[in-house]
Formats: sequence, structure tokens, C-alpha cells
Amino acid sequence: MALKPLLTAVSAILGLALASGHALAQKKYDPGASDTEIKIGQSMPYSGPASAYGTIGKVEAAYFKKINDEGGINGRKINFITLDDGYSPPKTVEMTRRLVEQDEVLFIFGTLGTAPNTAIQKYMNAKKTPQLFVATGASKWNDPKNFPWTMGWQPNYETEGAIYAKHILQTKPNAKIGVLFQNDDYGKDYLKGFKEGLGDKTKLIVAEVSYEVTDPTIDSQIVQLQSSGADVFFNITTPKFAAMAIRKAYDIGWKPVQYLNNVSLSVGSVLTPAGLDKSVGIISSNYGKDPTDPQWDNDPEMLAWRAFMKKYYPDGSLTDASNTYGYSAARTMVQVLKQAGDNLTRENIMKQAASLKNFDTGMGLPGIVINTSPTDFAPISAVQLMKFDGKSWVRFGDVIGK
Amino acid sequence: MAALNDPSPGAVRGATRNPARSAPSRGQMLGLAVLLAAACVLPFLVSNYRVFQFTLVLVYAIALLGLNMLTGYNGQISLGHGAFYAIGAYVAAVLMDKFGVPYWLTVPVAGAVCLAVGFLFGLPALRLEALYLALATFALGVAMPQLLKYKRFESWTGGVQGIVIVKPDAPFGLPLSPDQWLYFFTLAITVAMFVFGWNLLRGRVGRALVAIRDQPIAASAMGIDTSIYKSLAFGVSAMYTGVAGALGAIAVQFVAPDSFTLVLSIALLVGMVVGGVASIAGPLFGAVFIQFVPNIADQISKAAPGAIYGIFLIGFMFLMPLGINGAIRLAWARMRGRKTIKTPGD
Repeated sequence: MALKPLLTAVSAILGLALASGHALAQKKYDPGASDTEIKIGQSMPYSGPASAYGTIGKVEAAYFKKINDEGGINGRKINFITLDDGYSPPKTVEMTRRLVEQDEVLFIFGTLGTAPNTAIQKYMNAKKTPQLFVATGASKWNDPKNFPWTMGWQPNYETEGAIYAKHILQTKPNAKIGVLFQNDDYGKDYLKGFKEGLGDKTKLIVAEVSYEVTDPTIDSQIVQLQSSGADVFFNITTPKFAAMAIRKAYDIGWKPVQYLNNVSLSVGSVLTPAGLDKSVGIISSNYGKDPTDPQWDNDPEMLAWRAFMKKYYPDGSLTDASNTYGYSAARTMVQVLKQAGDNLTRENIMKQAASLKNFDTGMGLPGIVINTSPTDFAPISAVQLMKFDGKSWVRFGDVIGK
Repeated sequence: MAALNDPSPGAVRGATRNPARSAPSRGQMLGLAVLLAAACVLPFLVSNYRVFQFTLVLVYAIALLGLNMLTGYNGQISLGHGAFYAIGAYVAAVLMDKFGVPYWLTVPVAGAVCLAVGFLFGLPALRLEALYLALATFALGVAMPQLLKYKRFESWTGGVQGIVIVKPDAPFGLPLSPDQWLYFFTLAITVAMFVFGWNLLRGRVGRALVAIRDQPIAASAMGIDTSIYKSLAFGVSAMYTGVAGALGAIAVQFVAPDSFTLVLSIALLVGMVVGGVASIAGPLFGAVFIQFVPNIADQISKAAPGAIYGIFLIGFMFLMPLGINGAIRLAWARMRGRKTIKTPGD
């Protein structure tokens, strides 16, 4: 007599199994994804020489927390595991292997730095695990043919350098150009793009001076550039050095047309310390809204960002462009996951990342949106030129790029 | 340090840093055999990612033994051993990438190159005493990443972009994953390097090195050629570090100037001191420390992993002033001392 309830139980279990089997047919998962969770990994310099960028990882974690608090993506919570690599490539390899092999994340998102990402690129592609929206401006991330599992995010330095070169050729064809650049991959990428933009006019460069990121000052380099007779100054420097260069050039009475790379256009952390009056007329380009620029004070997206920062990342600086950067990158990531729906395989994540259409992060300049395709792994590739008027950046000309 | 004043003779003997010990006792041999057996079984018990981590531990252990020869035994402080590690790594990477040399052959070449560079650097550096030598080696450590970026070398070194290396597969169709194979390859070299180092340090050479460290004038009065021993110590130490660098590059599959900043040199110094200065087992403990403690620090706090690491470091130095190896010896000696005291009483 005890057989009947047993049979009922067995058939119930079988039924359940079948039902879930049916559900599984619709939902597709690779390691790191389930009905309740999407596991994302990241390696970030929370210590070491580049630890100032660690805030990008923190703001991204804060944004994913906000998404989770609002119910997650298609009912799944994001489990974001971000680990410290100290900006050391061997450590990045170790951390990434841990994330992929031990934590079994679905994909890697937003790992910072050119060398750290280069160190894991081959591994990620061998493992067929997406390495998405890497936080570096090197040009090599847009290479879907050789590295179909790696994708950049921000406009690359080479493109930007070429845009300034073209602008110089248009406005000052007989310029004598002096270049100051940081002696590393970032500086050299800019210089390479700049020279490519000049084409056969590279002779216009009369002086090319470099500095090391460990140098205490760059005064002598600026004096050297002035004495070369240059009347155009392309300033390829990170924020601290950019402020010093602008100030020193002004102090010694050198008045070239100045081009400043996008890396250092923060009004709060570069132009203010350099002196706002000394920065008038500097030309740069941008793709995003600078949080320290007063022209965005009443922009609804900027207000939404500030509200988010206040609630989810109160320790974060409201003047640090890294915090709008991480916010925008995390939003792009969430968009990809929304598009992926219930098909959370690595292949589909990559496919969705490569089919973003006019996605607006909210923090991009008007008209600058994200577009990708199977042959275009450069999400943001448009910028707009702008000139500093003593208070804020004034955009001019068209949006350049695709 | 209070332990050093312990009147029991065992404790004192255990704490002395005399390298000139006679052949290992049967107990020590047994311990070593167990350790080696454990090391051989390990890669079959853990994931490939862990195997990779333990490979790095072995790599660091070789480098730390090299630094220990120079700083621990010979008393010459080096703040720039990351530079030799970098040279070893780059020799291996360039040979594999540009000249198609098989990976196993790059390791001895890297060692030989570093032996020569270390010896040559040691010759003039000899004139510098203690702190001044530390500064000279510091300069080497600072300069190395920039030298690697130098334009003229760029066609070889890949400049700032570095070199990506292909990971070797297990040969002869052995049923091992590439990570497991590389672990055993590294383990074999580690054992060889430790046996060689132990032979070198326990005998005449080791005694001479320690004599130069403790009593340089007496040492030369006794007929020890101080300058040649010091440069040799520098050369051999650099060779060990270079071999480690080559193995590390093969394991990580990538070299770039950013991999070999001054932080690496300091990490090596930390590992040597934490493991135990002037000891042969110390580097193993030190290697475990520099490999795993930063990870633990990161897990405790994302906000200030550096501060947590610092607390660990201070804690270790406070609790184990003679390093991990010294603390273990001390504990062992105490245990034995108590036993020997007890036995006659019974």
C-alpha cells in the first residue's frame, strides 16, 4: 500500500525534472550564469602605482549594487568580483586565472591598463571567455579578427592624436610643433597617431621631448620646447604633469597654440591648479561630460549621476572623471546583459557586446553614442574638439569619428 | 629576541645563523623526502590555477635563495634584484619569441647572462660599503624598466608593449596539463638550484662569505680573497635570480617593463627577510609569503590593501624577528631542549 505514495512522489520528481529540463532548453548558461546570478570578474589596481584608478572598480561595483537593489537584470543579481593586481601584469594573469578557473565568472569586465590587459589577452581568447570593455586607450583592442573575445571601450589615443594633427594642418599649415609626451605606451600611442595624422608633414614637428612618470618636474622640458621655436604645443601628459606644463609655459612667456590630450582635460584637477586664466585658449577633445565643468550642472543625467554617487558611493569624489568613466562603462555592461536576455552564454555575451546600437550612456557628449558591430570592436570612437574659455570647455565643430 | 637569552643550549644552537652545518641528520633527510613527495603530489590535488600559483612560489623561492646568498650570507644589501629577475625574464622571452629557442634552453642561458652581468656589476660595486651599495643597486632597480623601454632595444624587447610568450605543452605525450608540466619543470630546477646552493653555502665558500660579512678584516687576514668572493657572490646571486626570472616569464607567458618595477625588488627583499635571513629553507617560506599575503590583504580590504599588507609585515617581524625559518628552528629547539631536560629527570 505504501507503493502508491512513493509512485506519486517519483512521478512528481520526474515531472519537475522534465519541467526544469524544458526551462533549461530556453535558458542557456555558461559557467558563471544561473537563474539567480551573473558572475562578473575584474582585475583592478587597488594598490601600487596606478591605485588612483582603483576608484573605477569601486564605482562600477557601486553601480552593480544599485542594479541589484532595483531587482537585478531579468531577475538575476550581478555578483561582481573585483581583485587587486597592483598594476603588475604577472599579478593580473594570476588574478584573471583565479576568476576564470576558480570563481568561474561568466566574463571579465573593465580590467585596467594596457600592459595588464596585454598579459591576459591571449589567455582570455584561448579560454573563449569575453574580456570586455578594457579600461585602456590603446588602439590594439579593436582587433576582432585576431582577438574575437577582447573589446575596448573608450576612444583610442591614436585616433585622438590624429584628430589634433588634422586640425593643425587645417588651421596652421606652417606650424612649428613641439611635443611633450610621457615615455610609455600611452604617450607613444598618442605620438604615433599624431604623426600618422600629419602624414608626410611630420617635418612640422621641431621638437619631441619626453618625461618619465617618476620625474618630479618637467620644467626643463618646457624650456627646451620653448627654445626650439615651436609655436604649437601638443601636450601629451597625465594630469599632474599637464598642470605643471601649462603653468610653466605661461610663466616663462611661451605662448604657443596648445593642444592638450583628453586624459588631462579635467577642469578641477588640471586647469584649476594650472591657473584658469593661464589655460585660456587650450584646445582638446572629449567624448564624455566632465563632472567639474559648470556647463553640466543642471544636466539631468549629471544630476542622476550625483544622486547615485551620494547614495551608493558616498566616499567617491564628485570631481574625479574616473567616477563618471566607471559609471558609463558599467551602464554599457548592463545594457549588454539586458540584450543577452536568458541566453547567458559567453558566445552570446560577445555577440551582444558587438551589436550595441546608438546606446547612450548618459554621460557622453550630445551626439556621442556607442555603436559596435562584428567588425567594429571600438564602442566609442567619436570625439568633439573644444576650447577652454577660462571657465569651461566650449565645444566647436562637428562630432568627429564614425 | 628574548628567546636568544634562553639559557638552554638547544635554543641558542637553534638560533645561530651558522651555515656551516655538517651533513643533514636522518630526521632532516626524512623531512626533505616528505616535503618533496608532497610537492610532487600537490599538482594532482588542486586546480590548474593553484598549480600556477605554486609554480610562482617555486620561482620566487629560487630568486630569494639568490638574494639570500648575497644579502643574508655575504651581507651585501641589494635593493635592485628585480633588475636581474627582469634580465632573466627578458632573455628567456626574447630568445623564445625572436629566435625560436626552446623554452628549456632559455633557462640556463638566462642564468649565464645574469651571472656575467651580476659579476661585472659586482666588481665596481665592491668598492661601495653597505648603504652605498644598497643605493647603487637601488639605481639599477629604478633604471631597469626604463632601459627595457629604450628605443634602440625596442625591436627586441617590444618596448612598452612587452612580449607575449607561448606556453609549452608537456613533452613525450605525458598526461599532464601545461600548468602541471611547467610546475614539475620548475620543481626540478628548484631542487637542483637548492642542492647546488646548499652545497655551496655549507662548505668553505659559505664560511668565507659569512666571515666576510661578520669580520671583513679578519677574513682577509686569513687569506680570503675578499673582492673575488664578493663579486662571485654577486654573480651567483644574480644567476639564481635570473633563472627565476626566466621561469617566471615562461609561467606568466608575458614580460613587460611594468612587470619589473622597483616594487618587485622590494618584494624580494621582504620575502628574504620574512623567510629568514641567511638560511636555505627560509626562501621557501618567504616565497609563500610574497605570493599569498598580498592576495589575503586584498580580500580583507579593497580600500587599503597596502595598509593590511603592512600590518601583516609588522606582525611577522614582531612575532618572528628571525624570520619564519628562524621561528620554526627556535620552536623545534625548544621542544627538543625540553625533552632532553625531562628525560634525565625521569
